[in-house]
Amino acid sequence: MGDTDTRSPARPRRPRKSKPQPETLVAYYRQMLLIRRFEERAARAYTEAKIGGYCHLNLGEEATVTGLMAALEPRDYLFTNYREHGYALGRGIDARRVMAELYGRSTGVSKGWGGSMHLFDTESRLLGGYGIVGGQLPLATGAALAIDYRGGDEVVMCQMGDGTTNIGAFHESLNMAALWELPIVYVVVNNGLGMGTTVAHASAEPELYKRAAAYRMEGAHVDGSDVIAVRDAAHAAVERARAESKPFLLETTSPRLRGHSVVDPARYRTAEEKDALKAADPLARLALELEESGFLDAEARDKLEAEVRAEVDDAAAFADESPHPDVSTLFDYTYATPVPGASRRLPADPVF
Amino acid sequence: MATVTYRQALRDTLRAEMLRDEDVFVMGEEIGVFEGSYKITEGLLKEFGPRRVRDTPIAEEGFVGAAIGAAMLGLRPVVEIMTINFSLLALDQIVNHAAKIYGMFGGQCSVPMVIRTPGGGGQQLGATHSQNVELFYSFIPGLKVLAPSTPAEASAMLKAAIRDDDPVLFLENLALYNTRGELPDEVAPAEIGRAAVTRTGTDITIVAYSRMAHVAAEVAERLAGEGVSAEVVDLRSLRPLDRETVVESVRRTGCAVIAEDDWLTYGIGAEIAATIQEGAFDWLDAPVRRVAMAEVPLPYSKPLELAALPSADSLVTAVRDTLRATGRR
Repeated sequence: MGDTDTRSPARPRRPRKSKPQPETLVAYYRQMLLIRRFEERAARAYTEAKIGGYCHLNLGEEATVTGLMAALEPRDYLFTNYREHGYALGRGIDARRVMAELYGRSTGVSKGWGGSMHLFDTESRLLGGYGIVGGQLPLATGAALAIDYRGGDEVVMCQMGDGTTNIGAFHESLNMAALWELPIVYVVVNNGLGMGTTVAHASAEPELYKRAAAYRMEGAHVDGSDVIAVRDAAHAAVERARAESKPFLLETTSPRLRGHSVVDPARYRTAEEKDALKAADPLARLALELEESGFLDAEARDKLEAEVRAEVDDAAAFADESPHPDVSTLFDYTYATPVPGASRRLPADPVF
Repeated sequence: MATVTYRQALRDTLRAEMLRDEDVFVMGEEIGVFEGSYKITEGLLKEFGPRRVRDTPIAEEGFVGAAIGAAMLGLRPVVEIMTINFSLLALDQIVNHAAKIYGMFGGQCSVPMVIRTPGGGGQQLGATHSQNVELFYSFIPGLKVLAPSTPAEASAMLKAAIRDDDPVLFLENLALYNTRGELPDEVAPAEIGRAAVTRTGTDITIVAYSRMAHVAAEVAERLAGEGVSAEVVDLRSLRPLDRETVVESVRRTGCAVIAEDDWLTYGIGAEIAATIQEGAFDWLDAPVRRVAMAEVPLPYSKPLELAALPSADSLVTAVRDTLRATGRR
């Protein structure tokens, strides 16, 4: 069949940018602003030691996150990596429950068991943030397999960072998804850096969407700072996956404004790079567009700002006031089917 | 009641569970068209079709992870990993994901899947195809690790594993596939986490599992001819571990030998020895002995391999030494 097959293995799609209604654009702006203020608040709470562990922020990626989430239907599933606060908010999860999880409280989305890297919400079908680079790819592929098995019309979106495209699970997952024609959209959020290592330094093919070619899968690249472009590209991929049950690899370039995590001062960046990042800020870019087109004047923007700040303040206060999980629940989540006699031993307890 | 091989018991049970529940499906390398490297899935593709009997690429991390993802959406995949040696390629998916998803998301999502995989030393397969690494999985909270030794147990435990809502590592042993045993017409699902006293005795406890449970039974029979009454405990479930049955037995007999088909240092036997120390110290008349594989990468050479593997003879020696040390004989 190989000789006669003339399909182009990876044809970058350039979906036309649609013209959204002003209220849609304003709604996206509000969503991006919520992510921005939430993440700034998370960074502050981290320095105040209210948040522990690692904390990876979506600052600078608001347009990508908002555009991607706008492309999904409520019935679709989402898998992400550890940089996922914005995705949880974009999926419609209450900021209170997200912040409470960062604070490790029982009111958090994962009841305080997951923290920043492991948000999960059954209702909104966010099937997890995962802390191991690329660990979510096989899982998301399997979720798409389950949809296919049951003949459903849901789609899986699987978000990852640029560094993920070099691990084995990336290739194994894309191969299986293409082989089995699964309804899944893999999204590489290329912020240019795998921790502190540049894409060019780590990837033999730095145009990451081109890796789709190896699996006869379609791939495309989109400017991740343009919320409408991201939404349209993702929407085309998602709807194609839904209609034809075909996987897709979408790359968005979306520089992060800060370091890899809150504690990373990003010394690997030059002063010029930092200035360029400020200039490319997607939130400022959309604000300017909205102002120039007359959709959102300074007064309306201030009002939104006040609303969002109040929402984030409320979320932080809720998290602060929420109880920690009760220690008596320590053994509740080892097994879904409990085993009589399974160990409930605390560190100093005798075995017998 | 029929007499069947361990292989046949697994095959029949798998088929029955697939007939019983549409959500149960099997996947793995060579399990469909080829009908399984060890023929456990023989006939299944023909009967159930490629949707429910899915051949995978040689990509353990990928397909084991895909099974986990499918299980997260409520399917009940039974994955075959051709040998436990290859499961190491899927270690991240098994340890970091299958085992953790229920806990780290606060109980919102379980992973009802089974990973079937044969292991075992011997058969001149060389260092990378001749080992038991069940310890890696038995160490991890969130996993259940089963190692049935007879056809009836294999059937009852596979049923239980498939119907269980947690990820279960189901360990088979190449040496067991052709062994025979009685299989009742109706097999109830086993209770996971229970050891069995497969032979009662009063002089010494031999603790074993999987292939070594058979070796222990053979040794107990041999020693009975010398007037030794040995009790055999088959662990069956390595996690959760039934410590009580082991300790109760040792409290009765006053001494113990552990027979394991893995390496000595940090092995399953080390955990059992610690359990006996904590639960039956005052009852012990002799130090606990362990019979395990020699601590080398298994050689290909037949005489070297035989010297490295635990055998009935080595177990007999350990039992005799232990009984002598009690001063009772």
